[in-house]
Amino acid sequence: MANAHATDHPADKYYVPHESPWPIYGSATLFVFMIGLCGWLNEWYGPWIFAIGTLMLIGLFVGWFAVVINEHQKGMYNMQVDRSFRMGMLWFIFSEVMFFAAFFGALFYARQLSVPWAGGEGVKIFNSLLLWKDYSAGWPTNGPMALGPRDDGSFETIPAFGLPAINTAILLLSGVTLTIAHHAIKEGNRRILNIFLGVTILLGFIFVGVQSWEYIHAYRDLGLQLSTGIYGSTFFMLTGFHGLHVTLGAIMLLVVWFRTMKGHFTPQRHFGFEAVAWYWHFVDVVWLGLFVFVYWV
Amino acid sequence: MANTATHDHAHDAHDHKPQGLKRWLYATNHKDIGTMYLVFACVLFFLGGAMALVIRLELFQPGLQFVDPGFFNSMTTMHALLMIFGAVMPAWTGLANWMVPMQVGAPDMALPRLNNFSFWLLPFAFTLLLLTLFVPGGAPAGGWTLYPPLSLQAGDSFPLTIFAIHLMGISSILGAINVVVTIMNMRAPGMGLLNMPLFCWTWLITAYLLIAVMPVLAGAVTMLLTDHFFGTAFFTAAGGGDPVMFQHIFWFFGHPEVYILILPAFGVVSEIIPTFSRKPLFGYESMVYATASIAFLSFIVWAHHMFTVGMPLAGQLFFMLSTMLIAVPTGVKVFNWCATMWKGSISFETPMLFALAFLFLFTLGGFSGLMLAIVPADFQYHDSYFVVAHFHYVLVPGAVFAIMAGVYYWLPKWSGKMYDERIGKLHFWLSTIGVNVLFFPQHFLGLAGMPRRIPDYSTQFADWNMVSSIGAFIFGFSQLLFVYVVWSAVRKGAPAPQRPWEGAHGLEWELPTPAPYHSWETPPSREVVTKGVMH
Amino acid sequence: MTRNIRTALGSLALLAVAALAPAARAEWSNINMTEGVTPLSRDIHALHMTIFWWCVAIGVFVFGWMIWSLVKFRKSQGAKPDVTMVHSTKAEIIWTVIPVFILVLMAIPATRTLIAIEDTRGTELSIKVTGYQWKWHYEYLGQDVKFFSTLARSSDEARQLQSGIDPKSVPDYLLDVDNPLVVPEDTKVRVLLTAQDVIHAWWVPAFGMKKDAIPGNVNELWFKVDKGKTGIYRGQCAELCGRDHGFMPVVVKVVTKAEYAQWLAQQKAPAAPAAAEAAPTDTATDAMPPVAAAAPAAPAG
Ligand code: HEA
Ligand code: HEA
Ligand code: CUA
Ligand SMILES: [Cu+2]
Repeated sequence: MANAHATDHPADKYYVPHESPWPIYGSATLFVFMIGLCGWLNEWYGPWIFAIGTLMLIGLFVGWFAVVINEHQKGMYNMQVDRSFRMGMLWFIFSEVMFFAAFFGALFYARQLSVPWAGGEGVKIFNSLLLWKDYSAGWPTNGPMALGPRDDGSFETIPAFGLPAINTAILLLSGVTLTIAHHAIKEGNRRILNIFLGVTILLGFIFVGVQSWEYIHAYRDLGLQLSTGIYGSTFFMLTGFHGLHVTLGAIMLLVVWFRTMKGHFTPQRHFGFEAVAWYWHFVDVVWLGLFVFVYWV
Repeated sequence: MANTATHDHAHDAHDHKPQGLKRWLYATNHKDIGTMYLVFACVLFFLGGAMALVIRLELFQPGLQFVDPGFFNSMTTMHALLMIFGAVMPAWTGLANWMVPMQVGAPDMALPRLNNFSFWLLPFAFTLLLLTLFVPGGAPAGGWTLYPPLSLQAGDSFPLTIFAIHLMGISSILGAINVVVTIMNMRAPGMGLLNMPLFCWTWLITAYLLIAVMPVLAGAVTMLLTDHFFGTAFFTAAGGGDPVMFQHIFWFFGHPEVYILILPAFGVVSEIIPTFSRKPLFGYESMVYATASIAFLSFIVWAHHMFTVGMPLAGQLFFMLSTMLIAVPTGVKVFNWCATMWKGSISFETPMLFALAFLFLFTLGGFSGLMLAIVPADFQYHDSYFVVAHFHYVLVPGAVFAIMAGVYYWLPKWSGKMYDERIGKLHFWLSTIGVNVLFFPQHFLGLAGMPRRIPDYSTQFADWNMVSSIGAFIFGFSQLLFVYVVWSAVRKGAPAPQRPWEGAHGLEWELPTPAPYHSWETPPSREVVTKGVMH
Repeated sequence: MTRNIRTALGSLALLAVAALAPAARAEWSNINMTEGVTPLSRDIHALHMTIFWWCVAIGVFVFGWMIWSLVKFRKSQGAKPDVTMVHSTKAEIIWTVIPVFILVLMAIPATRTLIAIEDTRGTELSIKVTGYQWKWHYEYLGQDVKFFSTLARSSDEARQLQSGIDPKSVPDYLLDVDNPLVVPEDTKVRVLLTAQDVIHAWWVPAFGMKKDAIPGNVNELWFKVDKGKTGIYRGQCAELCGRDHGFMPVVVKVVTKAEYAQWLAQQKAPAAPAAAEAAPTDTATDAMPPVAAAAPAAPAG
């Protein structure tokens, strides 16, 4: 089915949706949301506008997805539409990969190039002769001026083989349970599906919980904050965006869970489920990268 | 294999055309959305152009006559952001919306609601951006490249600029996904990838570039945001970061971006030149491979914008050589176009005139690009008006002329009306003369040592700046003719035949004129496809 | 109507020609890179001219081909299209390989020059240059001589918005400073570049060199002015650095070695440097956001 050649159209109908208010409502929503953020950062009336934007955003997801789910349930989508959705989702995930790539790029650039250069490596010898006289570059670092919350400029990092390793296990396990759920949906085994989907969601939220706990610990006890030089910056931005994606993924899984409860998917057609599952695996893979390059090596 | 388009109102499948404001606000039709994109692009072209005219007015003679230096820098920055993200990119998406479904034999874009979402993000994004003109501290003034630490010195405009870029990015990514999916999933039976018109091919590759690099830009500006507000140190050396790191990330986006602006132009020109030479495109497959090579190379040349930041020798050599290589596939394209005209039967209607000007002047801009790639020489050229001349040659008589060529070429199919050929030609000549008077002297200025992004200059640069400003006004005001031609054609043009150009091939010309609201409600038969793709 | 268009185009062409009139009285240095006064700037100029002529040659070929086709194969002259001509592997290989070959020919001298540029051995004098918004600070390393260099007062007055002063009446408008950098001829001078606030770039066209001055980094460039080429050389900041980016020129006075020694001794006399060392940043700092505060201060030593 999904791998069928692009030109062999099924003999049924192609669905062209009629006009819809959701796109423009969605654009307006993002606008309000972002004006709210701007206002917040600039100390205008931000929080209020932001709150309105957030409510509108929730409305957007509920409303727009309701329409699509509804149309799906009415059987308006043929296999070609289904394929469009799949391709769309895959390319969307790819764009997310590239978003993370920007931050990984920053991490690698700092570790491999700019930090050693600040320490006067290679052609950059004058950095250590003229500017950063007694900076010994290494990783982790918060830079020649030792930026960060502590007066003495020190900070500690979170060892890989503590909570992060446990979190890795949790997330990997959630990938397995989700795959079991996926097999179950294909076999039409509703009970297994519901249980394993539920477990996956639970694992997702546990992961987020552990991560939050780790953040609090870092902020309170380790002197490790967003402002702790380049280490703090890359650490929190990478894990933070990842955490945000896990949260979103878990919420989407939750929605899918409710839909399975209502019996929305068939063994043959379950794009909603698969899209979220892909997303979840993507989040999983990103975490592996984080675990290796942020915590471990 | 029957395949018909249906709607919710299952039975009124015929040209069901929504009426009134809702037709536009709630649109799901690729033609309506394409029209909105094109109109939007046109409006922003004039706004961005008006800012360019402010620049050229201030530079008309030495001394500061009209604007404060800070405002001048805002004009430069906003001009570039508006032109690139507001004019050229939306214009290309608009053309893709109109043409891709028609050329691949589909009823519409694959994801019509997403399509409308992509469009409507833009007016909101640019509202955010234009709002910066009115906030304390003024509009962003650090150049379109947003280099920190300078860009971080902005006032209240700062988060507005960043979020505007986020919105534009989302819009481009979603638009690109739609193009990819439409091309990969909606082609009519019998239309293989290597039967597609080149406009679809170049847009397909452009879409991949967009999906790959827009998120990187989003990441880069997000880091700027957190550096500014949340104390991160990505671009602060004191914390172990590096201002140059931003430049690497930015240009990893920025260089592919310039090909995002030009690849669809290659597509349009590859449609027009064969039509008016009455001969199939020469070397179709090598055109496809050349486009793909350019796209691939575009990912590994980014640091040619940063030769003066003090990279190690090996880095400079690598980026010089990889950049120079791009001349090879681009050359293949230029030679193929020449070979297409060779032994043709050439006529000179307005679309062809613009395509020919593209061919000459883009190549000229390519030559100066190649000169910039030579590192030691670039130490002299960098950040001088020579660079400004280079990129305007590839952008204005490059991208913008190709957009106009495309509009003249397909307008009869869209509107069912012919434009006025004489006014079209007048527009062409005024534009071509104007654009050269405008940008050619800038080569001289740069070589003589005039830096870019300055509101005032020493007196030895006075003559050529005056010439350039005169050119700017000739070129700028000639564009009003373009609006007039299109407007009067749509309003009161003579009816156009189904195939207004004798030599035109492609599925779009197999449709009636004007094209029906849902392009191919039933996929074209294999015979029609074969007839259409003939190359 | 057609005639009207012709007339319009004709007058436009005239206007364009009139606009090109400056060409008639243009000096060569107004339209092309100059050779400069250092070995490197001459190499770079030669390289520039080489690539330029290659581009002209390719241009003559490509544009010649285009124009030839446009003239010869006009439909109005009854040209019949040869629709079988769609592909030729041989031609395509030729026009892939020949450009590669030309590029290699360009890359060789480019690489050679680049290697020479990066060769900083044998430096005789090192000067640390720090960019500020919007002035330069020069420090002769190991000599205890340092001073700021700002736009000359006469230019500064004329460049104010609607100042009413004709720039042409100001000597070296925008290209003159209060304290120029002074260097000896025939000496390999190493410039160590950094910045205090934002990125600047130090550029003197006659020396063939431009390099960014980046806060928190030190970049290097060098030049060696030919013997006998004493005089004043002017350039500008070449990286957008804010409001007054256009108003921070670079002026270098090249003197004989003897004059240089004399000048240096004079600078070391107690009174002189104190006067030149003005307050580091007056206008710049108060407009700066937190990040600039975190940027490195210019080290005192
Ligand atoms: C549409 C946009 C576009 C396109 C297509 C190009 C195309 C090219 N550009 Fe350009 N460029 C820009 C837009 C574009 N550029 C912009 C906007 C900037 C400035 C950004 C900023 O700083 O604000 C810039 C800046 C820029 C720089 C940095 C300059 C500096 O700041 O110091 C360099 C350096 O290498 C460069 C090189 C090139 C090259 C080698 C090509 C090549 O792709 C050109 C290839 C084409 C040809 C060479 C002609 C045809 C070929 C033949 C006929 C074959 C035979 C030829 C030979 C063998 C020579 N460009
Ligand atoms: C696609 C991109 C694009 C396009 C089309 C243009 C088009 C033009 N550009 Fe621009 N330009 C850039 C991209 C582009 N530019 C970029 C990327 C930069 C670098 C920015 C930076 O340094 O950060 C730049 C910088 C730049 C500079 C250098 C500024 C500086 O360094 O300080 C100059 C100076 O001459 C200039 C001029 C022009 C002119 C005269 C046009 C003309 O083609 C414009 C034509 C004019 C019109 C179309 C105006 C029509 C208006 C009217 C007739 C009036 C009516 C008005 C209304 C109804 C509102 N541009
Ligand atoms: Cu200093 Cu520009
Ligand atoms: Cu580039």
